[in-house]
Amino acid sequence: MCDCSNSNNNDILVPHVGIITDITAETPDVKTFRVNAPGGGKLFEHMPGQCAMVCVPGIGEGMFSITSSPTNKEYMEFSIKRCGLLTEYLHGLSVGDEITVRGPYGNNFPVDTELKGKNLLFIAGGIGLAPLRSVINYCIDNRQDYGSIDILYGSRSADDLVKLKEIKEKWMNTEGVNVYLTIDREQEGWDGHVGFVPAYLKEIDFSTDKIGLICGPPIMIKFVLQGMKELGFTDDQVYTTLELRMKCGVGKCGRCNIGSKYVCKDGPVFRFDQIEEMPDEY
Amino acid sequence: MYSIAKDKLNSLYSAIAAEFDLFMPIKAAGQTNYGFWSEGAEGDIDTLKTIKSGKDAFFPQVEQLYSVDREIIPADVASGDDAEKAADTPIRTKLNVTPGKLVDHDFVIFGMRPCDVRAIEVMDNVFLTDPVDSYYQSRREHGIVVALACHEPEESCFCSVFGIDPADPSKAKADVATWVIGDKLYWKALTQKGEDLTSKVASLFEEDDADSQIEEEKAYIENIVKQLPNTDLSLEGWGAGKTDEKFKSEVWDKVYKGCLGCGTCTFVCPTCQCYDIKDYTTKNGIQRYRCWDSCMYSDFTLMAGGQNRQTQLQRFRQRFMHKLVYYPTNNDGMFMCVGCGRCVEKCPQSLNIVKVIKAFEENK
Repeated sequence: MCDCSNSNNNDILVPHVGIITDITAETPDVKTFRVNAPGGGKLFEHMPGQCAMVCVPGIGEGMFSITSSPTNKEYMEFSIKRCGLLTEYLHGLSVGDEITVRGPYGNNFPVDTELKGKNLLFIAGGIGLAPLRSVINYCIDNRQDYGSIDILYGSRSADDLVKLKEIKEKWMNTEGVNVYLTIDREQEGWDGHVGFVPAYLKEIDFSTDKIGLICGPPIMIKFVLQGMKELGFTDDQVYTTLELRMKCGVGKCGRCNIGSKYVCKDGPVFRFDQIEEMPDEY
Repeated sequence: MYSIAKDKLNSLYSAIAAEFDLFMPIKAAGQTNYGFWSEGAEGDIDTLKTIKSGKDAFFPQVEQLYSVDREIIPADVASGDDAEKAADTPIRTKLNVTPGKLVDHDFVIFGMRPCDVRAIEVMDNVFLTDPVDSYYQSRREHGIVVALACHEPEESCFCSVFGIDPADPSKAKADVATWVIGDKLYWKALTQKGEDLTSKVASLFEEDDADSQIEEEKAYIENIVKQLPNTDLSLEGWGAGKTDEKFKSEVWDKVYKGCLGCGTCTFVCPTCQCYDIKDYTTKNGIQRYRCWDSCMYSDFTLMAGGQNRQTQLQRFRQRFMHKLVYYPTNNDGMFMCVGCGRCVEKCPQSLNIVKVIKAFEENK
């Protein structure tokens, strides 16, 4: 158990110990980790879009979006794609193993202000669903506060769609929520839409009375934004999250700045008109 | 105002060190650098510039943040001695985090030049703004800064460009101001912390009404400052809100060439505060420590996808944009340079902030 409370030092860089209480293999390279405080309950509260530093001591520490919604009062979840040293190690852990977590860091999607009462259009690609899932579940759990919810989610293949069970059982069964799934290439057993997300977006021809929230690989974001502009959306109508290398998470270690903005502290959530003003260095 | 003969300084160091840790410029192996003074060490307040700045006093090059004890619980224990279950129960890892100790006793930084004292203010804006860094904060609370006037500013100095007065340390945010004039050191407390320190060593001092000597010394220093080659540097066009115009300039492509990415400038700089967080694995657990890092290094921002700031031009631009535009944008126009001139002296390729500012000036 963490004995931080016995110490005079509760520095922001000192983490909480968390215990892995469940692991779901979502896709061949994505696992969702459920994390609790060692004595039960959540380590800390957060807002949708915020991140946390997850660490395997001796291996590494990295910033991950908290994919569970704040409306989940029992635990926190991280959906993590295996792609480097730390994530490879995390994928090897088991239920009952302890890790360290510190946060929450950064700003959040403006669920209580700009998004309130609005129609929402979520567009995610691959593991990009992880940060948006927190907002989607928050909006579904507070359904009366938001207008229509459209979710366009695409992945390389049907096997790479993250959280498919929740999408089918919860999202698709909520009134006023429309889910559009697509995969890049034809696949046996898939009778849904096939094609890239930006093309599908234009095919569906969404009306512009919505606020867009995009997350996915940079190349997808680029073409989705282009497609949305063709449909008549403006920069100040669309939000996304940025990601750069981070060490401290609190705007002091000097890594994740784009111009005078720190992605860890001033972001990760930015509106496209804000991104337009930044120097081209991300 | 008090004074003490220069040849009695060792007894002053000794008296301070009896009560506090004394961090000051010490000459060893032909170099002068900040270090902890102990009996026999050669305190050196005549050398104007220590090789590294005094920032270690508050932001040490390496410091421990916390340690983690790691306990591996074998499968049979984790599963409660149930042999059948043990076969499928993986080994569990239990962790115990012990935060690093905060500084809890007063210490004295002696002989800090006004530029380096200003650099503390620059770092305060980083480490003491929300969320506060408690390691830094505890050092700031317990550190007593004794500033020292620069008897003879050198060719590489340009602190006056940033409104720093090398002749008058009483204008610096220090606790005590001192001057070395002739064979005496003059001492003037500026704050309550400074008064408390003074009272502990007062028996070594003489009362000295030295106003006229101090005025004479200031005029002497100011006259030197006027003649220095870089003190007419203009900061016009730099500062808060200049990101767009400066970032896109073609001048960067001319000035960065030759930069080796060695990071020397960032390590000798009193205001560079970027850091890394790393682990050191021991037999019984992991020590997590923080150490200085450099935006000049190619892996500073490197991610799995190769981003960002992949070229030395981008990294070079980042360092100067941070000091002259980004930091001022976030801190009411304050520049992240104090004109100490260490980068001017130490860059193996003779690239430095003065050259950058001048190159932009010429390109107007």
